[in-house]
Amino acid sequence: MVTIATQTPAVHTESKVPMKEFVRKGEPPTEDYREKLFELEAKGELEVQRVPEPIMEVETKYGRKKKIPVEHTWHHKSCGQCGHIPGYSTSIFWLHRQFGLDYFDPKDQSSCTAWNYYASSTSNSAAQAAIAVRNFAQAKLDGYFPLIHCGTSFGHYKETREEIIHHPELRDQVRRIMDRLKMPFVFPEEIVHYSEWVHAMRHRIAERQVLDFSNLTITVHPACHYHKLVVEDAIYDRELYDGQRTAIVTGLVEALGANAADYSTWHDCCGFGFRHILVSRDFSRSFSTIRKIERMKEEADPDITLTHDTGCVTTLDKSQFAAQAHGRNVGIPVMSDAQFAALSMGAHPYNVCQLHWHGVDNKPVLEKMGIDHAKAWGEFEAIAERIESGELDFMTWEDADVN
Amino acid sequence: MSIYTDAKYMDVPYEDKLKLFKEVKDDMRYDHNLYGCYECGICVAACPSARFYDFSPRVFAQIMAREDVDTFYELMNDSVWDCSQCYSCTRCPRQNSPGGIILMMRDAAVRAGLQSAKDALRAYSRIIYKVMSTGTQVAPDMLQPDFFPDWGTDVKAVAENLDVWRRAIPPETLHTTELAWDVSEKTRLELYMIWKLTGNLELIEGIDEGIYMILEEVMEELLDDNGYDIDDFENILEE
Ligand code: SF4
Ligand code: SF4
Repeated sequence: MVTIATQTPAVHTESKVPMKEFVRKGEPPTEDYREKLFELEAKGELEVQRVPEPIMEVETKYGRKKKIPVEHTWHHKSCGQCGHIPGYSTSIFWLHRQFGLDYFDPKDQSSCTAWNYYASSTSNSAAQAAIAVRNFAQAKLDGYFPLIHCGTSFGHYKETREEIIHHPELRDQVRRIMDRLKMPFVFPEEIVHYSEWVHAMRHRIAERQVLDFSNLTITVHPACHYHKLVVEDAIYDRELYDGQRTAIVTGLVEALGANAADYSTWHDCCGFGFRHILVSRDFSRSFSTIRKIERMKEEADPDITLTHDTGCVTTLDKSQFAAQAHGRNVGIPVMSDAQFAALSMGAHPYNVCQLHWHGVDNKPVLEKMGIDHAKAWGEFEAIAERIESGELDFMTWEDADVN
Repeated sequence: MSIYTDAKYMDVPYEDKLKLFKEVKDDMRYDHNLYGCYECGICVAACPSARFYDFSPRVFAQIMAREDVDTFYELMNDSVWDCSQCYSCTRCPRQNSPGGIILMMRDAAVRAGLQSAKDALRAYSRIIYKVMSTGTQVAPDMLQPDFFPDWGTDVKAVAENLDVWRRAIPPETLHTTELAWDVSEKTRLELYMIWKLTGNLELIEGIDEGIYMILEEVMEELLDDNGYDIDDFENILEE
């Protein structure tokens, strides 16, 4: 029979260093893609768009510093955010407007089309790279630096960067396509996800915070395509998770004074699956509720789960309805870091954050935040009625900030 | 001859399978996706699809490393479409990307027009049409209770109020119902040129002829309106 010793070990040596301190030693194991891009630029192969000043610096997985622009950003929107979670994109813009930052919301932008590619493979590397470069070229021509809203666009563009750097034949194909489009071959110095901007801005957001979040418990779901695709280009911070997990989103939660709660399936995917969420949803529903939501509920019982990507918000939120009907232990409101940050600064829950597009009932957490959701919904409906009657064409930014 | 007694697709000529296998090995991304395999199973532990399907990312790395052409073909038909493309498997200690191997295999399956690929994409083709024709993948008008019956009552509320609710969003680019945002005609035109120059319109022909015909008509019309001939945009990858 095996017995488990409960007495103090006979030999015990005190650790001379704090147990959890993580010190990065040695050179990063991966190449510096910026250097490679600058080399290609020096050879005249492409043009590298520099991150505009002013710059905020953040640390990435292996210690390299990444430059995040404060403003002059070209907002590369997300299909799923704009289409199905419009308060997500609106909150990103609203935050920029609150800080008086210069940004551009282009119509000359296509989707990265990577959701489709990962779902159906009905494309190829040359098309995917050309679509990326066309968007980047347009941003350069418009005089703004790309800020990528979607986690999959972010991950896919990082993969595309690796392919462009390593494969001269691909560069040749892209160049020929761009010549036919009469556009330059441009690639940005950094590929920046909006959540990195939110992370870098988190203390400025906290300075403008008007709601007390200290009674909120938050679980974070990090997006796979943010920190698993091209792993070195994601934000890490020694102060968060001892530098062992990406600091994204959790950094914001802490800055806003809410309690970030851990759970055992933090690293797991949300179950989106690209094709699955559209045509094989039994998988997405099962995975997101059994492996993510129920685990969070049992281990942390959070008020909200926050994430920073399109598919994650959709899958984690929308999957809960059917699970609830089956009596499962679910019912956690889901939103993006941008909506959470905007709410903290007093954004309207419906006019700006557009929470009526979300599935899980978020009224209890709005109450906990001190938001009068009934009054706010009345304000939204009053504007909607004026639009319906033809009195207003649409809701303006001024209309949105009624409170 | 397969090493497995219960191997499937033994009626398919070995040469046909080998051709597809070579296509995947010749993919420029191959060397970056597979460095060998310890058979440690770390990728399986991280993989969401492995929890719900008879599916293993480890097997993909192994059959490619072992050059097991028969099993490769079996996976290409029976397993590739179960992958969630999440890339949790990049935690591999050999820096493999089983998800990347699967993406290359799917690409080859679609290029070859395999029946299994057509079956996997049948219900999906309206999405292909949406993204290729509009430049945005999903649109507000797709939020219909009959397409998402499991997403709850808010989908019905969105569908019923769609036009007004879209205009009750402050950014002007979002006042759309058929597109995720207002994509300019210039951008759609450039996107169509990219699809043509990279042979992607023809790729759709091999998967879903109906969608191909509608797409070609839409693209031809916009190109024509702007003084371009669709046939002038030859597939540059074939040269
Ligand atoms: S990419 Fe595919 S194989 Fe890799 S972990 Fe995700 S589902 Fe599994
Ligand atoms: S994690 Fe890598 S080495 Fe281990 S089984 Fe998977 S592919 Fe092979």
